[in-house]
Amino acid sequence: MNPQEINEWVSAAKLAFAVAGDLDDLKAARLAHTGDKAPISLASRGLGSLSPDEKASFGKIIGEAKAAIASALADETARLEIARDQKILLEEVVDITLPAKLTHAGGLHPITIIKNDISDFFLAQGYSVVEGPELESSWLNFDALNIPADHPARTMQDTFFVEPLSAGLVLRTQTSPLQIRTMLTSEPPIYIISPGRTFRADELDATHSPVFHQVEGLVVDRGISMAHLKGTLDNFARHMFGPDVTTRLRPSFFPFTEPSAEVDVFFNGRWIEWGGCGMVNPKVLETCGVDTNEFSGFAFGMGLERTLMVRHGITDLHEIVEGDLRFTRQFGVGL
Amino acid sequence: MLIPRSWVNDFVDLSGISDETIADAFVRVGFEIEAVSKQGADLTGPLVVARVLAIEELAEHKKPIRYVELDCNEGQNRFVICGARNFAVNDLVIAALPGAVLPGNFAIGARETYGKTSNGMICSSKELGLGEDHSGIIVLAEGSAAVGQDAIELLQINDTTFDIAVNPDRGYALSIRGAAREIAGALALNFTDPITHAKSLTFSETGTGTPIKISDGAMVALLRSLDNFNPKAASPIWLSRRIEKVGMRSISLAVDVTNYVMIELGQPLHAFDRAKIADGLEITYAKDKSKFTTLDGQERELASSDLVVRDAKQVLALAGTMGGLDSEITESTTSIAIEAVRFDPIAIAKNSRRHKLSTEASRRLERGVDPSLAEFASARAAELMISLGGAAYVGTSVSGEERYPAIIELDPKYVNNRLGTELPNEIIAKALTTVGCDVDTKSWKVDPPSWRSDLQIPADLVEEVARIVGYDQIPSVLPRSPYAASLTPVQQRRRTIAASLAARGLTEVQNFPFVAESTMKALNYTGERAATFRIANPMSEETPLMRTHLIPGLIAAAQRNLSRGARDFALFEIGAIFRNTTKLVDGLFPPLGKKPDAATIKAIFDSVPPQPIHLGAIFVGKTTSDNWRMKARAYEWADAIAEAQTVLDLCGLQYTVERSDFAPWHPGRCAELLVDGKAVAHAGELHPRVCSEFGLPSRSCALVINLDALPASNTVKAAIIGSMPIAVQDVALVVSSEVSAAALQQSLVDGAGDLLESIVLFDRYDKIGDGKISLAFTLSFRAPDRTLTGEEITAAREAAVANAAKLYGATVRS
Repeated sequence: MNPQEINEWVSAAKLAFAVAGDLDDLKAARLAHTGDKAPISLASRGLGSLSPDEKASFGKIIGEAKAAIASALADETARLEIARDQKILLEEVVDITLPAKLTHAGGLHPITIIKNDISDFFLAQGYSVVEGPELESSWLNFDALNIPADHPARTMQDTFFVEPLSAGLVLRTQTSPLQIRTMLTSEPPIYIISPGRTFRADELDATHSPVFHQVEGLVVDRGISMAHLKGTLDNFARHMFGPDVTTRLRPSFFPFTEPSAEVDVFFNGRWIEWGGCGMVNPKVLETCGVDTNEFSGFAFGMGLERTLMVRHGITDLHEIVEGDLRFTRQFGVGL
Repeated sequence: MLIPRSWVNDFVDLSGISDETIADAFVRVGFEIEAVSKQGADLTGPLVVARVLAIEELAEHKKPIRYVELDCNEGQNRFVICGARNFAVNDLVIAALPGAVLPGNFAIGARETYGKTSNGMICSSKELGLGEDHSGIIVLAEGSAAVGQDAIELLQINDTTFDIAVNPDRGYALSIRGAAREIAGALALNFTDPITHAKSLTFSETGTGTPIKISDGAMVALLRSLDNFNPKAASPIWLSRRIEKVGMRSISLAVDVTNYVMIELGQPLHAFDRAKIADGLEITYAKDKSKFTTLDGQERELASSDLVVRDAKQVLALAGTMGGLDSEITESTTSIAIEAVRFDPIAIAKNSRRHKLSTEASRRLERGVDPSLAEFASARAAELMISLGGAAYVGTSVSGEERYPAIIELDPKYVNNRLGTELPNEIIAKALTTVGCDVDTKSWKVDPPSWRSDLQIPADLVEEVARIVGYDQIPSVLPRSPYAASLTPVQQRRRTIAASLAARGLTEVQNFPFVAESTMKALNYTGERAATFRIANPMSEETPLMRTHLIPGLIAAAQRNLSRGARDFALFEIGAIFRNTTKLVDGLFPPLGKKPDAATIKAIFDSVPPQPIHLGAIFVGKTTSDNWRMKARAYEWADAIAEAQTVLDLCGLQYTVERSDFAPWHPGRCAELLVDGKAVAHAGELHPRVCSEFGLPSRSCALVINLDALPASNTVKAAIIGSMPIAVQDVALVVSSEVSAAALQQSLVDGAGDLLESIVLFDRYDKIGDGKISLAFTLSFRAPDRTLTGEEITAAREAAVANAAKLYGATVRS
């Protein structure tokens, strides 16, 4: 036994490990070079018969040799394990483009999506979202809104009445009765929007539907002016149609507002009628017990279907009301 | 309302102002432009007046053709081919000569046709772009034009007509007078009021006119009697052309004059044949069920709510709406009574509505007409009948008197406060003056003009100022709400449920809430769900009922998707249902202008039936599309129940499940979910008969949840989650197949005691025979403070089984 010989054992072991083709080869090499019969093992066992001086010096050399072999073994084991794993993983390759999702694609109705969107927009500005009955009292739907008994809107041609007529129940023609309900039951300041389903006796065609949706807004507070209405609509229009949209107010007539206006948006190169608005008619405020010396208000209302049609380039209202899966799924959940 | 530019120009000098500027001005002051049509832009002459000298009939062609000799004052006569036959030798017609181009790029030249040379064309109204009348060529009244005269000038062809939409509060703008004033105001031009001329008219009375009396339904009435009217007198071209330009037909001089004055000033007039009036006219309500034939030849049954004009014998006109056949002006009428009345707008609206008769007159009168016009418009009409028809004035009869809008006290600060502007007082005063108000700038008392009965309160004046100053002058300022708002818990819950159903593959629909009676019957609804509201005037007679349940709409939506090729899908809807189950009271109509008392408000709210929000879903076909991984399976009852349970889980609610026989579900495959012992949902397979009746695939499933019946979620009290080890025990029990899994499971839960942490039914075996089944459960036990001993676990399991044995005769499966 001499150091030279021990070095050769180490080299031989490293070589044997290095040429091992797989983990089985490596195991055989390990047994051959580190097993009981391996020269290094024999030498290690023979240390006991040496003088204390030799024992110390050879012990150190053999210890280092063993460590070198073990290190080489670990390296080669790692190498071969990686190679083995790579082979297995290669064999396990699949076509990950196969259709993985099996469940049906669901979706929210675009009216729900836009309703949520508008609600969130106004909630963030401190408006509550108010909802209420679709079958509504005539007084709330008409009279309290300054729509007199002989107004054309109150004829059978425009409004759905429910039997018996004496009960004075109509399918609400607007969500405005919620403005009245709110003003009758709470004190100003009032900041609300009321998205909801409304009804008019129109035949279903590309632009009209007997059943449709509106969102209305109502603000009653101290010092509210038409400038506030304009600011609110400008902001709302930008949220709906993008930052470059411009709006325009045109004089109009509604019994429940004075002054009244139509609001148009300039979108895709043309003016589009978007909705109606105005300062709440003092007659309406008085009927609701609002002190008109202290408070004033504005209100606005838009068709959700119309807003959707303009925004998404929908040309036929049938698409929105028919409930065809293919139409609705385009909108996902509005994310 | 059609507004010819040339007519407005009589009162506002529009020279140098483009049509576009005028159209924009209309929009700015609140009149939407429906259309702008430019007549004559696509027409070039020569177009001349010609006299027919001779007509040669060419009979050898498929249709009769005329070869016409014309004098166009060219020194030499022309010959043209003409297919029309409504003219005779000596008539004055309009001829387009070679070189002329008619609308539609129709060039006129000399051409060979029907074996003759045609050197021009005799024109109809339609060919000149003047109207739709193509029944024959234009024949001019003798004396109305000179041969060879330029017909473009004569017929005032070059003109622009603005079709403006007039809002219901602006009846005054249904006239040239009103529209011209608006344009003048919008463009800051001078306006000459046509009423000034009418006001200057005086007549010398030669006798006693036919009397008129208001008994009801009118403010003021004027009746002017004329004699010696020449029934042969024709309307001059300027008159008939203006009538045509506003979309009416020229009929006769007397009728044309009443229409002309109505269009110009806004006051509807009616011309009666005075000889046919017995004694005098009375404005009053009709007798119930009396009969009356209107000008259009239709016999109408009158009601006591119809306002009429009658004489001593009979009804002569449906007031303000349409005259009667018996008293109309005829070709032999020489004595005329011109009636001008400021009727009660509501009475006229009712007349018009009840008889479905919207006329030029009713449209104006139901919006309210300037009360001063009865006198002046009738005077203007009399003037025209005298000057154009040779009539002689007899006398005037008046009933009632004019009442005008009240003076409004306006604080100019109020205007700026409402508009958010800082307009100087002079501007405010000027705007109000422009629309016709008298403004005292010291006291700020504003006297609205006679034609503005809609101006009643300061807010009405604010709108007038804004309109004239321009809505674009109002700044844009965002108000600040003092509130921090959020969705209500109910809204938040609804939104989360919808989003989660969409994420789970269901697609939302929103169906019309209308249902057919046959559907109600086919779905076998009883009780509350058979208690429908009926719409008095439904869109379709097929579906007159309001839905009491969401399933009918979901079935219809499923049918529609199936018919369009969809096979496997799930739909859901969240919406209100309408059940006629509360006692209906008579509608409440408290007075306006002050807040009703609390009891009245409550009574109004209570008079509206509750309309709970339901969630419904329908499951059709397979749970997935056909795929490569597994065999797609059909939806089954358990899928519907699972979705319903998922919704209740989302809301953090505890519920029990019971079998239910509830239409329109399969009586053996419908689960009722109960929260706090109250049924809140039904889910399962639809009744096989329903599937076949509505063409749904068999075994289609559905669920309905009354979202409004779900209690609010409580704030979760967090339990201590123990970290002690769990002990798991399986038990398989044999019971009669009658025993429900939920009941058996509950008996195990109740028997096991507090140590039971969870229980899962993991197997069901129904091949035992003898009417028995086996249900196998995994029971997990845990104590919060210690490791359970074997004895404790066994004891708990045995206690559970013992309770199942006691309640349901369960035995442990060996």
